[in-house]
Amino acid sequence: MATITVNGEEHEVDGRLTLFQALQSIGKEVPHFCFHERLSIAGNCRMCLVEVEKAPKPVASCAQPIMDGMVVLTDSEKTIKARRGVMEFLLINHPLDCPICDQGGECDLQDQAMAYGHDRTRFEENKRAVHDKEMGPLVKTIMTRCIHCTRCIRFAEEVAGVEEIGALHRGEHMEIATYLERSLTSELSGNVIDLCPVGALTSKPYAFTARSWELRKTESIDVMDAVGSNIRVDSRGAEVMRVLPRLNDDINEEWISDKTRFACDGLKRQRLDRPYVRRDGGLEPASWAEAFAAIADRIAETGGAGMAAIAGDQADCEAMIALKDLFAACGSQNIDCRQDGAKVDPAVRASYLFNSGIAGIDEADALLLIGANPRIEAAVLNARIRRRWRAGGFRIGLIGEAADLTYRYDHLGNGAETLRAVADGDHSFAEVLEGAERPMLIVGPGVPVRDDGAAMLGLARQTAERFGMVGGGWNGFNVLHTAASRVGGLDLGFAPGEGGRDTAAILNGAGKGEIGLVWLLGADEIEMDRLGDAFVVYQGHHGDAGADRADVILPGAAYTEKSATYANVEGRPQRTALGIFPPGDAREDWTIVRAFSEVAGRKLPYDSLAQVRARLAEANPVFEAVDEIVPAPWEVFGDPVADGETDPTPFRSPVQNFYMTDPIGRCSETMAKCTQMRRALADGARTGTDG
Amino acid sequence: MLDDRDRIFTNLYGFDDWGLEGARRRGDWDQTAWFIGQGRAWICQQIKDSGLRGRGGAGFPTGLKWSFMPPDDKRDGRPHYLVVNADESEPGTCKDRDIMRHDPHKLVEGCLIAGFAMGAHAAYIYVRGEFYREAERLQAAVDQAYGAGLIGRNASGSGWDFDIHVHRGAGAYICGEETALLESLEGKKGQPRLKPPFPANAGLYGCPTTVNNVESIAVAPTILRRGPSWFAGIGRDARNTGTKLFCISGHVNAPCNVEEAMGIPFRELIEKHAGGVRGGWDNLLAVIPGGSSVPCLPSDICQDMPMDFDTLAGLKSGLGTAAVIVMDKSTDIVNAICRLSKFYMHESCGQCTPCREGTGWMWRVMTRLVRGDADIGEIDMLEEVTYQVEGHTICALGDAAAWPIQGLIRHFRPELERRILERKVAA
Repeated sequence: MATITVNGEEHEVDGRLTLFQALQSIGKEVPHFCFHERLSIAGNCRMCLVEVEKAPKPVASCAQPIMDGMVVLTDSEKTIKARRGVMEFLLINHPLDCPICDQGGECDLQDQAMAYGHDRTRFEENKRAVHDKEMGPLVKTIMTRCIHCTRCIRFAEEVAGVEEIGALHRGEHMEIATYLERSLTSELSGNVIDLCPVGALTSKPYAFTARSWELRKTESIDVMDAVGSNIRVDSRGAEVMRVLPRLNDDINEEWISDKTRFACDGLKRQRLDRPYVRRDGGLEPASWAEAFAAIADRIAETGGAGMAAIAGDQADCEAMIALKDLFAACGSQNIDCRQDGAKVDPAVRASYLFNSGIAGIDEADALLLIGANPRIEAAVLNARIRRRWRAGGFRIGLIGEAADLTYRYDHLGNGAETLRAVADGDHSFAEVLEGAERPMLIVGPGVPVRDDGAAMLGLARQTAERFGMVGGGWNGFNVLHTAASRVGGLDLGFAPGEGGRDTAAILNGAGKGEIGLVWLLGADEIEMDRLGDAFVVYQGHHGDAGADRADVILPGAAYTEKSATYANVEGRPQRTALGIFPPGDAREDWTIVRAFSEVAGRKLPYDSLAQVRARLAEANPVFEAVDEIVPAPWEVFGDPVADGETDPTPFRSPVQNFYMTDPIGRCSETMAKCTQMRRALADGARTGTDG
Repeated sequence: MLDDRDRIFTNLYGFDDWGLEGARRRGDWDQTAWFIGQGRAWICQQIKDSGLRGRGGAGFPTGLKWSFMPPDDKRDGRPHYLVVNADESEPGTCKDRDIMRHDPHKLVEGCLIAGFAMGAHAAYIYVRGEFYREAERLQAAVDQAYGAGLIGRNASGSGWDFDIHVHRGAGAYICGEETALLESLEGKKGQPRLKPPFPANAGLYGCPTTVNNVESIAVAPTILRRGPSWFAGIGRDARNTGTKLFCISGHVNAPCNVEEAMGIPFRELIEKHAGGVRGGWDNLLAVIPGGSSVPCLPSDICQDMPMDFDTLAGLKSGLGTAAVIVMDKSTDIVNAICRLSKFYMHESCGQCTPCREGTGWMWRVMTRLVRGDADIGEIDMLEEVTYQVEGHTICALGDAAAWPIQGLIRHFRPELERRILERKVAA
């Protein structure tokens, strides 16, 4: 602790802080542009100048370490004059085109100009103009507005791990540019839009569509991957205009991936807005009653053993518990929330969780990635791994396909054989894990889906136990999922009950005619042609593969249109909120199941959201602790590995196109442009302004 | 006037052999190992006692600067570095250039002694990019020293290992700022760093580093050989000691580099060494006494002023690099300062706001003032803008851009007003 005197008042502050942070901690807001608490200190905007006694010049508080006994004046004439001067300099070459600027209303420069700006200009010369830069389909540039704070440069270099933005030229000719005139090859590039304190970098898809003050802001949760990033959904009328990150230090800090941010235009296309029933080979619009009647008739034929349900990647917990209860009431145990066939053990919670927690990455000191490519499977989580790696003392080993993860790692091998060697302690990387105090491993989503997935999980468990990854309040065994519904579904038991069929068995049964009805709760990533002659009910929000195959379509709500629970990879239940209403006749998913249950004569015992949630908590008490993690006890799981040959196929990520992993992304024009851009870059073709 | 016996740079004009043999004849590389044998603290104390102040412009006491480097009992395992700033780009300054091409061994030997005094095993000499031949000459001298075992392993038989690397810059003025120089040396864009941390704490590659001017380093061996009291005995007072290289340019009859005693009266300096002002002493209009960064002084002020740090600072100017730019009455003083403004605009790195935006603004107003195309009130506005830049930037380039204009307005305001009024009348 240190004592500083601010404007005549003494304060005790943490001596490790910078002066800027200390002033903030005692409630003194200091104007600033270049400073950002998650980026390195640049100290170049000079807006945070304060007068410090005995210092000959005003000091930049963002870069000034605290010294005991410092006497600081934040509102002295000298301080105010310095800030006014800096503000004047920032404004002389700024276009002042706020009326046509998308940043208007949420612009740092605008806000601070209110406090420190002059009411007229003394600058009689011509203003500078700067050519706009091409930065791909996501980021729009109006570089004349740039105030050269270099936040975007520092973000790209430090957080995103792509050194693709820089400053060209000197002095007043300095320009922020990508040089190659193309978009960043980062899954996090959209964050530069939030970081830009002015309107130099703005959102291209959102350009000129709305003003920030017209939007209704709904705090919600992202479901594009299993990280559970906290987001804010900004909507106007019946339209989601944009998605922004919300602060949550334990999960996404303040970043979100480009898919989270920009896939929202997919919410407007290909929507299922009324029930359909297949008649004479074609889907025809129907009423809810007709749709329900068709399903009820079919259930009466098949009976409990002949019906099955598969939950998709964006199914919410309320819908899953309702569907599970419905199927149980009908006498069916054939339910599964693992549409990819992952062989994680639903009975052992620790076997499918990211046990260390996302924030646990910060505490780990060695990492083994097993068939994981976090960069495309959980982009925000990858940024945290990168930050931990940058801090040093963090060796990373990778088993699986080599890829650019934005940090350096030891590539140990491609598949099962290497994993076995590490698990047996026969690999050189074993020394690293042995020497670490808090080692962790991450099993990627491509591993449990293999035929030998259960055995691989067994090897991963063996590895974790051999190297002391579990115990003493630390659990470094982590499974990474890509499906937002996965952990919640497993937690509430949306998995085959006694004698029940899992996804593979359901598909086999359907192919053989043993399963007569399959209820797809937003499940689009299964092989539809394996469903044979089964009667398919598709409940979801987008006309994707499932709806195409369906005999009855029940229009559900997307994640922005309902208040629903999702548990992220850590097993942390979080709740989305209704930002806009579902289109047309579409309804919140659990209410559809509840309504149908009455038609089917198996009325479910809940009538309100609160009652469903009580039922959720009854199914698994972890759902009571919303926004919190309930640690899972360590138990035995996974198959033992037979001594003979292992499957030599390399571990492979199921995500081949980061931008299109779900129906919303596949319907998004922006995601399509990103896909096109990435392919062009991969082909070596140039994009943007050439040709 | 400085006695010939007291000159340090006895081959400043290149009349003698620049190489090792000539250098030895002039007394260099003598007793070097013995000085090193006296230890780090002794050397630092000798330099402190001599009163040597940094010759790069700021005039910070050199011995004190060296003593900021962690002493041997407080080293944390990081290597120490000596970096020599030979990026001599200040308009009007050309002293380091002559040291490098005519007397490079003074610098090489100085590097060893200063480097040892800082606990450094390596020195980097950052030579201005345009100094192609100078860098060649310096490299040749370094090679000679290596060949003779004067540097390298067990340098000069002292038991201290010492390497010298000559590095050529790419011609940016800002890389003469010590932390921008370090950035550039590390291979990055030359932009000044935030201080603190100061280089003595975290400099080159994050290691303790001291950056010194060529002249400061080159005089160190002679100070040790002749003793600090000899050096301290030259000069006007205890705070302005020793000899100093003056670079006299502009409207004098014989522009030259000359080594003189600190505090020599301005008139004596010009008349004795530079052949006097062109057209006679009364034709003197103004002088920029310390390189383009310092404010100019009109003739009435500078008649008999002693040329030293404190006197010039007291006159609201500065000794800077002691690059004396003399202007006679044929000079368009407004245009001259305007040209300097353009230089600073061009050389601003663009990193921090006041300098990036202010230098361009100041130059544009200056170009109008040259023509008189302005309002009288804009003179005050310009002055205010210079104070908005000065002291608010990361490095001193902002100050350097502001000072010449402040000097102009302070001393030549009537000239500025005359132009404005004449233009108004004509229009």
